Amino acid sequence: MKDLLVRWLMIPVLLLTFAGAAYAQLEVIITDYVGKRAPVAIVPFGWEGDTPSAPFDIDNVITEDLKRSGRFAPIAEGGMLQKPTERVNLDFDDWRILKVDAVIIGKIVQTGANVYSVQFQAFDVNSQEQLIGYRMPASRGTMRRVAHRAADMIYEKLTGIPGVFGTKVAYVTARGTGDDRLYTLVVSDTDGENQFTIMESTDPIMSPAWSPDSRELAYVSFEGDAATIYVQTLRSGNRIKVSSRAGINGAPAFSPDGRKLVVTLGGLGGNLDIYVLDLATRQFSRLTRHRAIDTEGTWAPDGRSIYFTSDRSGGPQVYRIEVGGGTAERVTFEGSYNARPRLSPDGKRVALVHLDRGNYRIGVLDLDDKDLLIVSNGTQDESPSFAPNSDSIIYATREGRNGVLEMVSADGLYRQRLGSRAGDIREPVWSPFPRY
Amino acid sequence: MKFSRLIALGLVALLAAGCGGNTMPDPGTDDGTMMDDGDMADTDGFEDGGLGDGEFFDEFDDSDELTMVIYFDFDQSTLRADYADLLQQHASNLANDSRSQIRLEGHADERGSREYNIGLGEQRSQAVRSLLLIQGASAGQISTVSFGEERAAAFGSDEESYELNRRVEIKYVN
Repeated sequence: MKDLLVRWLMIPVLLLTFAGAAYAQLEVIITDYVGKRAPVAIVPFGWEGDTPSAPFDIDNVITEDLKRSGRFAPIAEGGMLQKPTERVNLDFDDWRILKVDAVIIGKIVQTGANVYSVQFQAFDVNSQEQLIGYRMPASRGTMRRVAHRAADMIYEKLTGIPGVFGTKVAYVTARGTGDDRLYTLVVSDTDGENQFTIMESTDPIMSPAWSPDSRELAYVSFEGDAATIYVQTLRSGNRIKVSSRAGINGAPAFSPDGRKLVVTLGGLGGNLDIYVLDLATRQFSRLTRHRAIDTEGTWAPDGRSIYFTSDRSGGPQVYRIEVGGGTAERVTFEGSYNARPRLSPDGKRVALVHLDRGNYRIGVLDLDDKDLLIVSNGTQDESPSFAPNSDSIIYATREGRNGVLEMVSADGLYRQRLGSRAGDIREPVWSPFPRY
Repeated sequence: MKFSRLIALGLVALLAAGCGGNTMPDPGTDDGTMMDDGDMADTDGFEDGGLGDGEFFDEFDDSDELTMVIYFDFDQSTLRADYADLLQQHASNLANDSRSQIRLEGHADERGSREYNIGLGEQRSQAVRSLLLIQGASAGQISTVSFGEERAAAFGSDEESYELNRRVEIKYVN
């Protein structure tokens, strides 16, 4: 594990604090560390319309989105010296005093019964230049989506990275015990709003995986006490059984072109191996042929190789194999347990489950310099999934006996637990960017 | 794990699973209560006329109540030697009735990655299956499935719960 001090030399706070322990292992920061997060101000939006207050709190959604990304530290409303809604009322001195880098103002104007205009502007406090200004139409029903879109635009303008606030996450929940046990496959916004049940079952559901066009989810269902892989279309709810071979069918993942699934098959002899399933022809081609457990396949973003978990060297480690077949090449060498690899969409890193001194934690392996960075601090952390901009990771952890979800910035510096929901939540997967 | 505790656990699992056919009959009463003292007075072989605490008793041969759960050590799918006799009894059941079918359900404790744990559970099912085949069962009579960590028997995050979860359950399916 690389010393964080060496990686992040530009942070003076860290240098001052750890000056006497330059080579000590730095544990990854827990929530609320003020590291690389830029201080910004999002001023409550103005409102012009029929009702006493706006139908939706857009600035609150923008604030929470920017905060959750781990790259911004929005200041509290109570500290603001003025609350302008237009440029003409903006006094930059009042913001320079508060030491914010950027200020965002806006307003909602009602122009019809259910027709609104949402406008926002972001200014650089030091140069006083407008960074972005935009106006969008909205209805009451689309306000939330408009807020996420505004957050995306502000985020991208300020960081150069595409925002992911309009994307979705899928996850599995488990509730009840014994005969009342119920599993649900759910899709929601990244902040947990707009939960939508995709599938419900009294038998376990596992390993959801998004298609590249975000229209389908593959998953494993244990209906009828056997493991079967389905692909379900979200809009219609229709699903196809794509793999129900004798024995284990598991760990589906879509190829970047959406035409194939990498899956795990066990057969009658129960020896788990990696296969590629062509969704059009329904033909399986076998990729690994080893008596070890080979499972948890995932595609590299260039579509040319597959990473997977194998215990062929004794304990689980991550391996890589060309899609055309060949020898599997070992990828992880640190520690006795590395499993469940997931590539970042930019192809540069692999998130995985790593056993760190008795605790199962999320590790991020840099494929270039081979550094392994531990980005979580639980005991049973699992199922990491990158955001489509490669800048955040969502994963499952424990809060007491319950499973909950956390998001961490890809550099491991800012972590946020997601709002708790009923039951035990596991296996989060981040959707791709939506394709309009 | 002590064999007596194993049997007790197996019996608990058996009762909990609600297996049909081999429930414990209670002579003389309809409401399912255990023996009361009145019945004990007529029974041979009991010193005090009463049962000890926590002991199950019925008039049938205990070996009809086969243990249905096999336990494993951490990260292992090797069968412990003391299961050989038990599995021989199951294998004989199958060998003696060609219509009999069982499903071996493999499980793992919660630690680590879910799909990898499916693999561990399946290895355990296969270990039991292999021995049953050697002992006289036919391949067509045995199916296997693995639930990995998805169907825990015990819900704590401690060694005791982990031990109870590393198991194969034997289910007669017809």
